[in-house]
Amino acid sequence: MSNMIRRYGASLTLLICLLTAFWLLMLVIVPNITLLESSFRPYLPVTEIGGPKDVYTAANYMKVFNGAIEVSPFGFTFQIPVHVLTFSLTLFYSVVVTLICFALAYPLAYFMAKILSARSLPTMFLLLFVPLWVSEVLRAFAWWMILALKGPLSWILLKLHLIDHEVRWIVGYNGVMIGLVYTYVLFMIFPVYNAISSLDSNQIEAAEDLGAPWWRIHWRIVLPHAKPGIASGAVMVFMLSAGSLLVPSILGSTTSQWFTQTIQQWMLDALDWNTAAAYAFLLLLMCTLFVSLVMKIFRVKLSDIAN
Amino acid sequence: MHKIRQTLARVYAGAFIFYMLLPLVIMSAAAFNNTDKIPAIVPWKGATTKWFAALWADDRMWHAFQNTIFVAIAVALISVIVGTAAAILINSVSGNLRAALYGTMISTILIPGAVIGISTMIMWTKIGNGLGSDFILFNPGLHLSVLGQVSYIAAIVMLLVLARLQSFDQGLEEAALDLGATHAQVMRRILLPHLYPAIGAGAAVSFFQSIENFNVTQFTRGGADTLTIYVFSKVRSGITPTINALAFLLIIVTLAMAVLYEMKRRRNASVEAAREAEARRAAALEEAII
Repeated sequence: MSNMIRRYGASLTLLICLLTAFWLLMLVIVPNITLLESSFRPYLPVTEIGGPKDVYTAANYMKVFNGAIEVSPFGFTFQIPVHVLTFSLTLFYSVVVTLICFALAYPLAYFMAKILSARSLPTMFLLLFVPLWVSEVLRAFAWWMILALKGPLSWILLKLHLIDHEVRWIVGYNGVMIGLVYTYVLFMIFPVYNAISSLDSNQIEAAEDLGAPWWRIHWRIVLPHAKPGIASGAVMVFMLSAGSLLVPSILGSTTSQWFTQTIQQWMLDALDWNTAAAYAFLLLLMCTLFVSLVMKIFRVKLSDIAN
Repeated sequence: MHKIRQTLARVYAGAFIFYMLLPLVIMSAAAFNNTDKIPAIVPWKGATTKWFAALWADDRMWHAFQNTIFVAIAVALISVIVGTAAAILINSVSGNLRAALYGTMISTILIPGAVIGISTMIMWTKIGNGLGSDFILFNPGLHLSVLGQVSYIAAIVMLLVLARLQSFDQGLEEAALDLGATHAQVMRRILLPHLYPAIGAGAAVSFFQSIENFNVTQFTRGGADTLTIYVFSKVRSGITPTINALAFLLIIVTLAMAVLYEMKRRRNASVEAAREAEARRAAALEEAII
């Protein structure tokens, strides 16, 4: 700090500190503390705020357990509160999206890092960057068109005689999954590519010369080396999927509900900001736990993920 | 065997690119289909440009477009200032303080947009209520969207600038100070010029991140529209191929920028190659003379 004052002078240093403080305090820390504080307060008419009824309570969080419905996965039938179900399904499907994205991205990332010639690499990047820069809402809308009952997918399969009548593709969580994978797979490709391209190709060749089969080379050499990239990609894809509101709203069916949609209903339909805060905090908790888990499994630090 | 796997990888890469681009092509093509109301590519009813005309005449779209640009410029401006300041600060502290600051800054990228939106909204309204003030800042609106978006976009700028700072030689600042430069001059003439490429990239990334943003905006916007919100509400209720026309135009703009960027990169690369060849020739000449 003294070094900074010596270089830039007291007033510039103060300005730099103030700007950073404004960001971290006013835009990040205080809003999140306020969020947490509000989530423990009841939703009251304006005149009663600060009155005798305005006390701390966990009632907003308890609303998660209201209204049970019956579900029967794998033949087991049991009662589960609606919002707990939504929360669990959001968690589950976000993990599935992350796994699918990894399965799709890994071969491509390896191809780009180790097989594709240096001359064609920029073109490949260009082709991948175009969908990345087209906004999320348009990418979801594109699939909304494709998956429509009388859309191009049904049409082409009908022409090829693979199906004999138009199929409703957006059923359950299908549409949401297709949309999320398409939208976020690129966030897996780039970090995994970065990690693999820093691997010395000699290591792969040495293993080949020593007679290792291709799958063992991947399992023992490429995958361990790509670990930080995979962790970073997994965190990004999971966070974006679990936090996505656009894709589940556009590609959701009548039977699919995403946790962010529930938050939105509390916030914008019920206008109960306190319960919305409680639910938003639960989402934040889910994401934080997932990130910690991934960091633990992959033994990486937060700074590795951010790169 | 090796050859087969390489071929397979190539086929897979081709298929992947196809998978990435085909939906965009289908969406764009539907903008030209002469349908009645619902956007569709099949059945094809002949080409038309009427949806572009309809888009041009859509006042709500123009209003949303204007808002989007204003918000994006504001976000880029604030994020660049705040992010650069934060990077300089991070670069000059060390130890636990650095780790804590850096961790807090990075974690903003990982906070779900809905959480950022709701927390921003609640805090500023609460401050407004506490002060008993009805000042515009404390009511829902796009200015809160700007603040919410800055909270994580500034972190992206910070990372870009911090990376650039690693290659900065602090000896230059020392030299300037020894020669009698003022602190402001050191900042303006030495440090900032070195950071300009990163600041420029940061501004561009911020601008586009802001245009894309949905979650934060949705929870803070009050009644105002941005382009993303406009498209979203159209898809939810009463969509017409005007949205495809808009998508087509946006994709064309994206493509044009990508191609421009690539051309610039190639030109730089060829200039670089020419320079190297020149240097090699000069070295060879020198050797021949000696």
